[in-house]
Amino acid sequence: MNRSGIFVGIYFAVYLLVQVMLFKQVVLFNTAFCFLYVAFILLLPIETNSLILMGVAFLLGFSIDIFYDSLGLHALSLVLVAYLRNYWLGTITPQGGYDAGEGPTLVVNGLQWFMVYSLPLVFVHHFVLFFIEAGGFEIFWFTMLKVITSTMFTMVVIIFLQYFSFDRRR
Amino acid sequence: MQRLLNFFYEYRAFFTFLLLEIFCAWLLVENNQYQSTKFFNSSNRLAAGILGFSQSTREYFSLRQINEELGRENAQLRTELERRAQALTIPVKNDSLVRYDFVSAKVINNSVAQFKNYITINRGEDAGIKPGMAAISISGAIGKVKSVSEHFSVLISILNIDEQVSSVLKRTGNFGTAQWDGTDPRIVNLLYVPRHVQPLIGDTVLTSGYNAVFPEGVFVGIVKDVKLKEEALFYDIRVELGQDFRRLSFVKIVKSQLKTELDSLEKITIGKPQ
Repeated sequence: MNRSGIFVGIYFAVYLLVQVMLFKQVVLFNTAFCFLYVAFILLLPIETNSLILMGVAFLLGFSIDIFYDSLGLHALSLVLVAYLRNYWLGTITPQGGYDAGEGPTLVVNGLQWFMVYSLPLVFVHHFVLFFIEAGGFEIFWFTMLKVITSTMFTMVVIIFLQYFSFDRRR
Repeated sequence: MQRLLNFFYEYRAFFTFLLLEIFCAWLLVENNQYQSTKFFNSSNRLAAGILGFSQSTREYFSLRQINEELGRENAQLRTELERRAQALTIPVKNDSLVRYDFVSAKVINNSVAQFKNYITINRGEDAGIKPGMAAISISGAIGKVKSVSEHFSVLISILNIDEQVSSVLKRTGNFGTAQWDGTDPRIVNLLYVPRHVQPLIGDTVLTSGYNAVFPEGVFVGIVKDVKLKEEALFYDIRVELGQDFRRLSFVKIVKSQLKTELDSLEKITIGKPQ
């Protein structure tokens, strides 16, 4: 537990720094953002207690918010993802259940399962994030465009990193 | 009582979720309120340090463009100096000299693609910056100071859907409100220009001086597109901003020396709002 706790801490810092120093600057076509830090919550081990999950999500979202000058925005969206995550994992359990001690990753469960798992959660995160930032549904289609392009961008980066992640065991 | 506690324990995940979300929502609402000296934004030392490092790395790739901009500013200042030198031979009205003071600062964090964009700069309280001051650049109006820390400040960019700038059409003298619609970072809308006015493409838009923030006559942009829907009370005017916010590297903070005097005068005359 202690050992994995340290790893989680390191991942936390890495996701935070990569997000605010690299991906904060990368906005494609002025609409597509990459919020890679969502992957941190998505990829935590399956049996993670949902209270811990939400606590960590709040801390990460809050830290991101400090850099984006949007206090509460990223924290709110990420806590929502953290809350939904375990229910969603329970709903889409593959035949034979999950392997103990594994993360819900692409390498362990396959691309199709991973898409079904992560795409809705990323979409919900981006949807809540952009519509709260826009302050409602007044600029609906432009905001929707941002949500969709950003979801695609984030998903591509998450999947790309999954293929090249160093702890590829199978 | 026992059953109540059991109930809470059973649904502890949901209640924690609710509590956290309510707290986040409170932060959101609180943060939207204008003007504050808060710790949790990009003006705190650690965040600004990291952003400054990331900015200075990126700067190497845009040195040419920064140089050009500085060169342009230099040229403009020289012209200004020349004009001042000539003007000094004629007696100048005293108040225009002391009215404004400028602090120039470097941008260390800037975004244009969000709906609510903020700019972090590398000067703060120690340079005399206070919340509510205006920020301008060589090419036009930038925004106003939202919060300051000791060495850094956060500005609300004009590219923020909540930000409004009282403006005036230079040629006709009519007032309007410049506000960003959240889409194109080069364009803002000029609202509330009534039907009877005849704005033309190419008209200059300046700040009006009716707001407490910007000095009068700061360049905002040039009218790019004018539409008048039938039965609409106001024109739809699109204004191309003078400053390209994607290439912003230096700003000047305007310290209005007479602001306290103006505010207190208005307070005496109009009275405290009940």
